[in-house]
Amino acid sequence: MTEFEVAMPLAGGILIGIAAAMTLLFSGKIAGISGIFGGILFQQGTERTWQTVFVAGLIAGGVLLYSINTEYFEDSSGRGLVAVSIAGLLVGIGTRVGGGCTSGHGVCGIGRLSARSLAATVTFVVAGMAMVAIFQNIYN
Amino acid sequence: MVKSKIAAFICGILFSIGLGISGMTQPQKVIGFLDVLGEWDPSLVFVMGGAVISYLLLQLLIQRRFSKPMLGERFQIPSRKDLDRSLIFGSLLFGMGWGLGGYCPGPAITSLGSGSVNAVLFVVAMAMGMLLADRVISPILTHKVLKS
Repeated sequence: MTEFEVAMPLAGGILIGIAAAMTLLFSGKIAGISGIFGGILFQQGTERTWQTVFVAGLIAGGVLLYSINTEYFEDSSGRGLVAVSIAGLLVGIGTRVGGGCTSGHGVCGIGRLSARSLAATVTFVVAGMAMVAIFQNIYN
Repeated sequence: MVKSKIAAFICGILFSIGLGISGMTQPQKVIGFLDVLGEWDPSLVFVMGGAVISYLLLQLLIQRRFSKPMLGERFQIPSRKDLDRSLIFGSLLFGMGWGLGGYCPGPAITSLGSGSVNAVLFVVAMAMGMLLADRVISPILTHKVLKS
């Protein structure tokens, strides 16, 4: 095990939970980012406007964070352009077919004690662990 | 309605700040969390734990106190309970992509704000993957029965 932090991850996690709960309180929606992003591609009307504004908020938050400290976006993963492109493709297909990602299934779904979301989360975490194990082995 | 748009924008900002300060926008941290057989970095356990527990408590409170959202007509909450092959197969692919790139959708979109080339590529590829899923893969998996 490597050195790890507790305070900031926990604080960030709680903020994610609060933001997702506010989304429910104000708009009545599940804060599933893949679903919201996918809605921009597939939906129309007021639903799409809401989704677009939410995603704009995500990006604006990113700009704000980057202006405060660029280390929030430090990337020493060593993943190249090809790996990242294939990864994006897999994530796009997978979240669409599986109906959610880390936020929709992992946070909101498990937070509602949904068995479907728990099954999805266990599946994608284990698949992610397997992928990293394989990738690190090939790389080294 | 202007209010609901402002609310959506603020929720998006808070969500991405949560992702940023928690470390989710740093691919090596995500990969470190998934690297259980190597140098495991358990930080993200606390992100997930903090997010799930705070959402669990707040959504219970909201559902109990409010019959409808403050700026909307009704709560739109998934009601399906069955496990099907699309759910598992899709999550399997998503997990593989997550481990390969170190990004899931929220952090990747947030990272667009930093101008990261990797994030831009990832998000473009993700959009293409979603189109491919809706047009080709989901119809095959569900025998042409598409969910709206």
